[in-house]
Parts: sequence; structure tokens; C-alpha cells
Amino acid sequence: MNLYEALRMAANGLLANRTRSALTMLGILIGVTAVILLVAVGNGASVQINNQVQSLGANVIYVYPANARGSGGVSQGFGTAQSLTQADVDALNSKQQDPDVVAAIPIAQSGGQITFGNQNYFAPTTGTTPDFPQVRDYQLAEGSFFTADDVTARHRVVVLGQTVVDNLFGSTDPVGQTIKISRQSFRVIGVFAQKGGSGLGSQDNVVVAPITAVWAYLTGARGKVISQIVASASSASTVTQAETEITTILLDRHQISDPTQADFQLQSQQDILNQATSISTALTLVLGAIAGISLVVGGIGIMNIMLVTVTERTREIGIRKAIGARRRDILTQFLIEAMVLSGLGGALGIAVGALLAQEAPKISALATSGFPTPVVSPTSVVLAFGVSVAIGLFFGIYPANRAARLHPIEALRYE
Amino acid sequence: MITLEGVTKTYRMGRIEVPALQGIDLHVGRGDFVAIMGASGSGKSTLMNIIGCLDVPTSGRYILDDTDVAKLGDDQLARIRNRKIGFVFQSYNLIPRTTALHNVEMPLVYAGEGGRTARAREALSAVGLADRVNHQPTELSGGQQQRAAIARALVTNPAILLADEPTGNLDTDSSVEIMRLLSRLNTEQSRTIVLITHEQDIAHFASRVVELRDGRIVRDERTAA
Ligand SMILES: Nc1ncnc2c1ncn2[C@@H]1O[C@H](COP(=O)(O)OP(=O)(O)OP(=O)(O)O)[C@@H](O)[C@H]1O
Ligand SMILES: [Mg+2]
Repeated sequence: MNLYEALRMAANGLLANRTRSALTMLGILIGVTAVILLVAVGNGASVQINNQVQSLGANVIYVYPANARGSGGVSQGFGTAQSLTQADVDALNSKQQDPDVVAAIPIAQSGGQITFGNQNYFAPTTGTTPDFPQVRDYQLAEGSFFTADDVTARHRVVVLGQTVVDNLFGSTDPVGQTIKISRQSFRVIGVFAQKGGSGLGSQDNVVVAPITAVWAYLTGARGKVISQIVASASSASTVTQAETEITTILLDRHQISDPTQADFQLQSQQDILNQATSISTALTLVLGAIAGISLVVGGIGIMNIMLVTVTERTREIGIRKAIGARRRDILTQFLIEAMVLSGLGGALGIAVGALLAQEAPKISALATSGFPTPVVSPTSVVLAFGVSVAIGLFFGIYPANRAARLHPIEALRYE
Repeated sequence: MITLEGVTKTYRMGRIEVPALQGIDLHVGRGDFVAIMGASGSGKSTLMNIIGCLDVPTSGRYILDDTDVAKLGDDQLARIRNRKIGFVFQSYNLIPRTTALHNVEMPLVYAGEGGRTARAREALSAVGLADRVNHQPTELSGGQQQRAAIARALVTNPAILLADEPTGNLDTDSSVEIMRLLSRLNTEQSRTIVLITHEQDIAHFASRVVELRDGRIVRDERTAA
């Protein structure tokens, strides 16, 4: 019996009970649609996260202070130690030992309420040096950035991100205005151009001031803490060399010979990307698994209907056996029938899932909520189809085997 | 070609044993046309099923063309049914929602043989159904359905044709038509035919009559056709 004959028999069997076949297929269709759609949402989320991380700049390297790992091997998270100093930053900027590092800037963070007139807004204030726009890739929309002189003289000047401007100023031109950060007056000298990127850690929700002013007026008792150093490599491809150079310089300066005992940690965009990817992959898997459950339910539906079909067609099975069908012929016939059901349901499910994924961004409620644009990957399509056919095979085996084992005489007598 | 020696068949229904055949010795040679007669429940169908390799004897031997059927597995029995035996049933047993042509092709599909459509058409023409090939069973009369069933039985060119009350559901005219067809197959193509019937008129078409009673052969004689 060849495949064509088997498919023709399957088609005959399925067409004999159109409504029932369609409903059984619907079970698989819904399952596959769910898988395709949820995996697409998961993929979309990871694309979104990747884009956000990408906007940090491919050549940026973050250096965080870290407690040297104790004998217990317990590492306490970032920023709990104060191991980074201005001298470290200067050494990294000397370019003697680190030709691949273009610039390094210190970062001191301070929280605090910002007020202008009667407007209040909360945003973190970043203390840094004049290389900030270059290293973090910010453009100025208006005014200018502060200079080395401003840093030396601890001038209370700030440059604001677009989000902060929108929240504080409305239609007023911010440049030249004086705002208060934790009740200290600062003069606005510039505004950054919009960087884009939404949600968590938006690049436009920034207030940047000379690090000396932040130390002097905002961080107060905590002293001259540098919470991180941001360095930029000459290009994305030199990030690895730059990381090696930074590590060498800092280990040398901190007089640490064993790199595993380092009191700082490096993180490049690639590192963050890797972490983000592993999180979003897990998310996609969980979503896929949840949708997979509905596929299993669809599979049980197939098994159920195939059992009914086999019982109904007992006499036909007897006739086929009487004219020479072997067990395996009967088995193949019903297996193929189950697989055509599930495969067809799967193919339709893929079509519906892909269509919904394509239409989802057009729903305005979703578009404005920052819901990720679903991305249907070819792998998930191939996988979903394969899995649905496999489900037909798996759940078809028991009914088909039952048919194949029927005794010809008893089957022929069946009314 | 068909030899049964001391064949018994006992059905077991829970604790009760139903002896359907109690020691059958029978030889059917090539080209024989045997009518099996007997009262209802005498074991005719049981015997036929054993001859047709649809069932196996409880004891005794069944030799078909020098092969001891008891020693064969399921697949080999299926192969014998496919190649050596053609069945015709009282209730036609065509596969529903399937055209006469596809029904007749079916044994060839399981035989894995080519030229199916041409051979199925030929078999249907031979039984006078050339103009009904695309009819489904529900679109055929009883006599036509039975002729399609005979075409299906013949399409693999088997040596033996087994018919269990093939005219049981037919009126006299159709019955005579079917019996003439079988006679012709016997005389012109010297096919071995074993036929079960209740009716003396039908048995007259055969050249030998075997009568069963309570699972035993009580009469076995040649008739002058
Ligand atoms: N599957 C079975 N289980 C139990 N007993 C059975 C079974 N099949 C047949 N029998 C019994 O075996 C005996 C012979 O049955 P069989 O069908 O061979 O009779 P028959 O001669 O063909 O009768 P009829 O002319 O009515 O068709 C009967 O007594 C019947 O009750
Ligand atoms: Mg009978």
C-alpha cells in the first residue's frame, strides 16, 4: 500500500464525517494557534529587550565596584564596595596602556526630588565628567554640556533628558532656568535630544551634573563615591581587548595579583545582552509550554474520535482483512487518518496564529501599552507543524492498533 | 487443493463450550463446484471461515496447496486471503461511500500490484457492471452489489471462490443471474467454488453437494449437473 492510497483512504474516512473531523481539527488548530502566538509574543519581547540593550551602545563597558570574593566564595552584588576612585578613571583615560579605550567617565548617582516652580518630579541625578555625551552617545538638542572648568569649580549646572523637560517645564524654555534638586539650586544649561527606548531605564529620564557638584551638594555624607565607571571602546569589535586592558590597569592599580580576587566587575553590552537573552528565552519556553498543554488536549480529542471511528468502522475493517489487508495496512490507514487530522489542524493553526500575530500590533490598546510586536519565527512554524503531526501519530497509535488487532470474523459480524 | 483432516472448531462463551465443527474430513479438488447445505447452526459458515483462512481450527489439519495453514502467522494468512481466495458474502460487504471501482481495486492495493484501475474495470466488465464503475454501493441494486462483490473477489485472480449464501438477500431473477455467473467462472475458468446455500435450486448449479448436521458431514455426493 503506497502513500497515495493511504492518503486517499484517510481522506475518504475523514470526509465521511465532515463535522466531526472539522471539530477534532479545531482542537489542534486552537492549540497550534496558541503556541504560534505565544511564542511569537515571547520572541517579540526578546527583540524589544535586545533593542533596548542595543541602544546602550555596542562599544560601552561598565565597571562596577565589587567586594573581592571572600574565602566562602560569596560575591556580594554590585556597588556594595567603594573600590573605584577618580584616580582609576584618570588612569583609564591616560591611554598609555589602553589604546582601545577612547574615554572613561565616572558616575555618581543621587536620587532626589526635582522641582521647578510648583512642578515636582523624581529622577536620578547623574554626576559625571564632560566626556559623558561622547561615551553614552547623547546629542544635545539645545544649549551646551558642562566643561572641565565646571567640574573643577563644582558649578551647579545640569543638562536634562527630554522626559524630565516634559514633566517639569511644559512650554517654558528650560535653558537658563534654575531648578532645585534636593532643595539645592542648579542652573539648566542644556537639553539632550530624544534617545528613544521606552519603559524601564528610559534613556531620556536623565539629569546630568558635574560629578564634583553632585558630591558637594547632593551625596553629602556618603563622600566621593563612584558607583560605576563607563568606558567606551574604539569600536564594537575592540570591546574584548578594551576589557582586557581595563582589567589589567585596575588590577595593577589595586595591587591585586589574582584576577579572581578582583574588587571590581566588568560588564559589556554583550554581557547584558546574554543575560537578557537567557531571560527572554526562558519566557518564550514557558509561554510555549503553556500553549503546549492545549495541544495535548487537542491530541486527546483526536484519540477520542479515532476510537469512535474505529468502533464505527469495525465491519469495514473486517472486510478489508477478508480481502487481504495485513495488520500493518490497517494500522497505517488509521494512523495516517489521525496524522492528516492533526497535520491539517496544525497547518490551519499556523495560518491563524501568524495572521493574529500580524494583526495584533494594529489593535491600538496593545500598541500604546508597549506590548511587544509578535515575531513569528520560521523555527516555531516548522516545530509547531512537526509537533502537531507527531501528536496525531502519538494519539493515533492506540486507536489504530486496536483496529489492526481486530479479529476478521468478529469484525465482519459487527453490526 | 483443499484438504481438511479431523477439523474441529469449538467456540468458548465464558464457561460454555459450543462445538461448531466436530471432526470434518473434506477434500476439494481443483475446479470443483461444491455446495454446502445444512440447517441453520449446523456449522456451514464456521467451516467456510476456516477454509477461507479467516479463522483457524481448534484441532485437526487444514492443508491448502500443500501448506499447513495452522503453521501460518497473521500476515501470511492475510496474504493467502489476498492471493488465493476470493470471498462473496450474503450481505455483499462492499465498503461504504466508496465507488464500485475503488472497491474492486482494494485487493490489488493490498497486494501492492500495479495496473489496478484497468484490472478493476476488466473485472467489473466481466460481471456486467462496466457502466456502473463510479457508483457507490448505495447507488447499486442488491444484485449489482453482489456482482461488484464477485468482481472484487475475482480481481486478484484467485484459484478459490468462497461464497456464503451469496443469493440469500436476492430475488429469484438476480439469484439465477449470480449463479449463472458463478457456473461460468467454474466451467470456463475452472475456478474452484465453495458455496453455502439453503436452497435446493441454488445447490443444483453445483457439481457436488456436502450436507452438514451438528458440525458433521452427513452427505457428500456428486450431482449430475
Ligand atoms: N463467535 C461465536 N461464538 C460462539 N458460538 C458461535 C460463534 N459463531 C458461531 N457459533 C455457533 O456455532 C454454531 C455454528 O454456527 P455457524 O455460523 O457456522 O452456522 P451456519 O451453519 O452458518 O448457520 P446459518 O445457516 O444460520 O448461517 C452455531 O451453533 C453458533 O451458535
Ligand atoms: Mg452461516
